[in-house]
Amino acid sequence: MKSLIAILLLALTSSALADSHKLAVPSHPQWQTECGSCHMAYPPQLLTAENWRQMMQGLDRHFGANATLSAKENAEILAFLERYAARDQRYGANTQRITDTAWFQRKHREVSAASWAHAKVKSRANCTACHVTAERGDWSEHSIRMPDGRRWE
Amino acid sequence: MTAKKIGIAILFIAGAGVAYAETPSSLIAGYTAETVRATPGFSPSAERGQVLFTRKWGISQTMPSCATCHSDQPTAEGKHVVTSKRIAPLSPAVNPERFASSAKVEKWFRRNCQEVLGRECSAAEKADFIQFVSKGGRA
Repeated sequence: MKSLIAILLLALTSSALADSHKLAVPSHPQWQTECGSCHMAYPPQLLTAENWRQMMQGLDRHFGANATLSAKENAEILAFLERYAARDQRYGANTQRITDTAWFQRKHREVSAASWAHAKVKSRANCTACHVTAERGDWSEHSIRMPDGRRWE
Repeated sequence: MTAKKIGIAILFIAGAGVAYAETPSSLIAGYTAETVRATPGFSPSAERGQVLFTRKWGISQTMPSCATCHSDQPTAEGKHVVTSKRIAPLSPAVNPERFASSAKVEKWFRRNCQEVLGRECSAAEKADFIQFVSKGGRA
């Protein structure tokens, strides 16, 4: 029994680590600055290349806001996004919203409506409300702090 | 310190100056010069800048005014009304990174004026706006 628990714990830890590892990207100051002003710079791995292309074509109406870039900046950032984009359709959404992907929904299926509505969260775009270390690239489950202060278990 | 080292230090400081070519005053001067060509006698006004900053323009429902995200006080931290991301204070009096690059300033005026005013801002409005926030939000 003890060894079974140990194996389970190991499996859980390594899957959390695998996820946080998958979301690492090399430093890209332009992406960080331009995509990280109004919200955190979301990892390129969380949408498909086709989704990123669609998004970067419509920055004048970016989820209701004007986020236009110069043509040069747009092309340079898109190349970076495409390079690290997901290849799996579980990370695709025809709305270009990461929160609409099958992967996101499965990962967050146990998050209560009350947590989403909490004053510290308000928007599903607000990853760092709970993933408090995400901007440093750490998305692991043990770094999660729910809005009421408790850990994610 | 040898003369050579002093020389290197001066070069270093001059180099740092290139990265941040503009200051709030030089930006105000530039927008004022642009305005004066068509409107002789124009001088930037913090009072008009304050009106611009706090007025509810009635264009965007989520972002009716600049103050919606930047808070009523340009010296205070703001919060993006949609994403809740923290926004560093706009006022160069408390945040020296502000109004230090004309490319960055132009980019944000272009985006945010379209968003909140539904049009581009004029050079006169930009001069008034920077005058207001530079004075720490006192008109």
